[in-house]
Amino acid sequence: MADQSPAVETVNPVDDAINHLIEKFGAAVQRDTRDGYSGVIVDPAQLVRVGRYVRDTLNYEYLANAAAVDYLGKGDHLEMVYHTYRVSGGPALVLKAQTPREDAVLPSLVPVWPGANFQEREAWDLMGIRFDGHPNLKRILMWEGFAGHPLRKDWKEAYYEQDQKPFDSRWPGGQVSRSEEHNAYGKNVKYPDGFTLDDYESLAEKAIYDTMPLGVDVSADISTDRVVVSLGPQHPSTHGVFRMVAAIEGETIRGLEPVMGYLHRNHEKIGERNTFLQNMPFTDRLDYFCSLSNNLGYALGVEQLMAHGARWEAPSRRAEAIRVLMVELTRILNHLVAIGFMLNDLGAYFTPLMYAIIERELILDFFEAVTGSRMMCNYMRFGGVAADLPASLRSTANQVNDRVREFDTMQYLRELIHDRLPRAVDQTDQLLTTNEIVTSRCIDVGILSKEDAIAYSAAGPVLRASGVPYDIRRAEPYSLYPELEFDVAVRYHGDIYDRYLIRLDEMRQSLRILKQILPILEETKGQSFFSGRGGIYSPRVPAGESYGRAENPKGELGYYIVSDGGQNPWRYHVRAPSFINLTALEQMSKGNKIADVVAILGSIDIVLGELDR
Amino acid sequence: MTESNFLRELHDPDVPVPEGMQSSVAVTNLRKLADTVYNWGRRNSIWPMAFGLACCAIEMIATASSRFDQARFGMEVLRASPRQADLMLVSGTVTKKMVVPIVRLYNQMSEPKYVLAMGACAIGGGPFKEGYNVVSGVDKYIPVDVYVPGCPPTPQALLWGLIKLQEKIDKQSLGNANSTPWYGRGPSDEVPVPVLGPDIVDPRQAHLLRREAEAVQAQMVQAEGEEN
Repeated sequence: MADQSPAVETVNPVDDAINHLIEKFGAAVQRDTRDGYSGVIVDPAQLVRVGRYVRDTLNYEYLANAAAVDYLGKGDHLEMVYHTYRVSGGPALVLKAQTPREDAVLPSLVPVWPGANFQEREAWDLMGIRFDGHPNLKRILMWEGFAGHPLRKDWKEAYYEQDQKPFDSRWPGGQVSRSEEHNAYGKNVKYPDGFTLDDYESLAEKAIYDTMPLGVDVSADISTDRVVVSLGPQHPSTHGVFRMVAAIEGETIRGLEPVMGYLHRNHEKIGERNTFLQNMPFTDRLDYFCSLSNNLGYALGVEQLMAHGARWEAPSRRAEAIRVLMVELTRILNHLVAIGFMLNDLGAYFTPLMYAIIERELILDFFEAVTGSRMMCNYMRFGGVAADLPASLRSTANQVNDRVREFDTMQYLRELIHDRLPRAVDQTDQLLTTNEIVTSRCIDVGILSKEDAIAYSAAGPVLRASGVPYDIRRAEPYSLYPELEFDVAVRYHGDIYDRYLIRLDEMRQSLRILKQILPILEETKGQSFFSGRGGIYSPRVPAGESYGRAENPKGELGYYIVSDGGQNPWRYHVRAPSFINLTALEQMSKGNKIADVVAILGSIDIVLGELDR
Repeated sequence: MTESNFLRELHDPDVPVPEGMQSSVAVTNLRKLADTVYNWGRRNSIWPMAFGLACCAIEMIATASSRFDQARFGMEVLRASPRQADLMLVSGTVTKKMVVPIVRLYNQMSEPKYVLAMGACAIGGGPFKEGYNVVSGVDKYIPVDVYVPGCPPTPQALLWGLIKLQEKIDKQSLGNANSTPWYGRGPSDEVPVPVLGPDIVDPRQAHLLRREAEAVQAQMVQAEGEEN
């Protein structure tokens, strides 16, 4: 259990670390003195050495986030930002490296933090930064052969209208026309000279198979062909449109490459065209089981920036209590469904999922009454929430005949939290934990060691099931969490079974939190739920950078936001737990049977909306 | 369809039936009988393909689960293989990268086959339409039978869409090869699979793109000539 009341630090540990760095590396490390920025700018030539020092000597061993920013017209360079943390908790040490926009090259940090692997590939794909020394640098979200690097500020999509919203064509005049009519042929697409379809060979598939280890393996007396199997994107157990390409020998996995981008919906590009508030409904669609948790992470990120500005008022106690209520209910909902899906992958076709969805519907009834929508809640605001809890709601709960009945909201919550959900969790536990198929398929399969979990930047249940008690609600607390009593769930084997058990533990801890939240909701009844001024279309966000992180059910959801003081974010990057947790998939799967890979994937609990963004 | 409805629809109005027997007897011709029986069987055993794209897929699963219970319509048998499926529920955003497998899966489905576009994204790109990797509607590539709006549509809305599909099936006839291409002579055409080049290229539009490119080139040559 983490410390309830952290000791008062006299010296800011990050300042201390930065001083160490400057002392050790001299001119190669400089403080980032831009207004609203933090961390250090590192000379690219020294980046790997600095990274090693930061990891080994200063103990910032967890690389949470690596994002690229294009400062076109603001210095004309590309910048790579690395957020590193101590596993024991505390704020981030931010490293930055800059490179010119033309012929952008940086040294790869994969040898220091293997967790940077996919993030650097993403930066190459979308921003066009080449990483020297990267083991497998190719496009990750788009396909090989795609023209250009879409997140660069001067890159225009086929349906480009304007740099920033609200578009003139929609507001205030409101003359909407369909973009395929005024730009039918995608004039922004840069086709190579003499491009014809007749003899064109798409690189998209070729690039995937080129790096797979093929050929014949000769072990002592028997030789086997290596076969490459592609699972997905249309596959019943890849949780959506995820794809794995596995090189197998017999039934044993020798190499595995996740192929993603089949649901790459350009969240970040669209997010940079949107105003700050317009992004809120888009965050719903990241991890579509947990729209409210996504909302909270984004609100935290923007609130960090707004806190520097004038006229900022922190959310009221009631707003924070409602936020925690929503987020913890979401966690229970997500874990129940995640366990259901995992059992799907183990072969229990749909039955456990059906049980999970019964409880999910009851929670969704409450969400719908409060926010107006079952799934896409769009509920949090900068400085509070969009609406207060209603006095009553309609649901079919506790009815034998499924008739809709009117409930008092607080009464409904009390029944849900004190009675219904604990029973659901216990029932799941009872039915599955000692089930022979579950135990024999899960115990000691897909092991991720503690060291690997940290190195691969795993987050959430995957990290904690490997014996690392890292929970952002304790490590860098936000909202009401410092005053709430709960334990950080930890398990130590790092196999599928532990990743299943830890979800049960976390649901029980969430119920503990929810039981403490109910009296707070009662006592704050009538308080304001929103600290900002009503009716503001676009809040003023001061210039600067921020990294808002929240402990989502799937792991650390981070929003790296750069504002230039305008009404749209200059850079809007999402650190998606599903995406980065997959970096360790190959490590977990190698040597296991191909049927186990499906179970391992299920135990990571991915959601494609946030994986591909 | 209730039993008496079923008979009423089947009955040929030109043939008189003695009073008192209207509710239990229908006189009809062979084609009409075949149509009705065939459609009745088909509408009540639609097997959807287990194929979730994005957020809408979760509401699709909710529809299949106990509260909404898709099994009432004989549609609970989700098939993972396109060869065994009758209905493709396009449940979510269709990206350029994904539309290639989608078209291929559609070609692999055996006829008769139906497509239901679920949610704003599958209908027209939805909130992500402006994105560089998003197709503005799956109907740009494959024919769609029913559109269910919403973001995501509620399970009730999806059920409404499925009922609409049943109504559509009721109206189909073995004799009309225009409305039901699979009853015509010979195999129906496959949809050409798009190519992932510098951007996605639909082979059906290749000649249009070439014409546009030539027009732009001609303009550039002309502009150069004027400069000189």
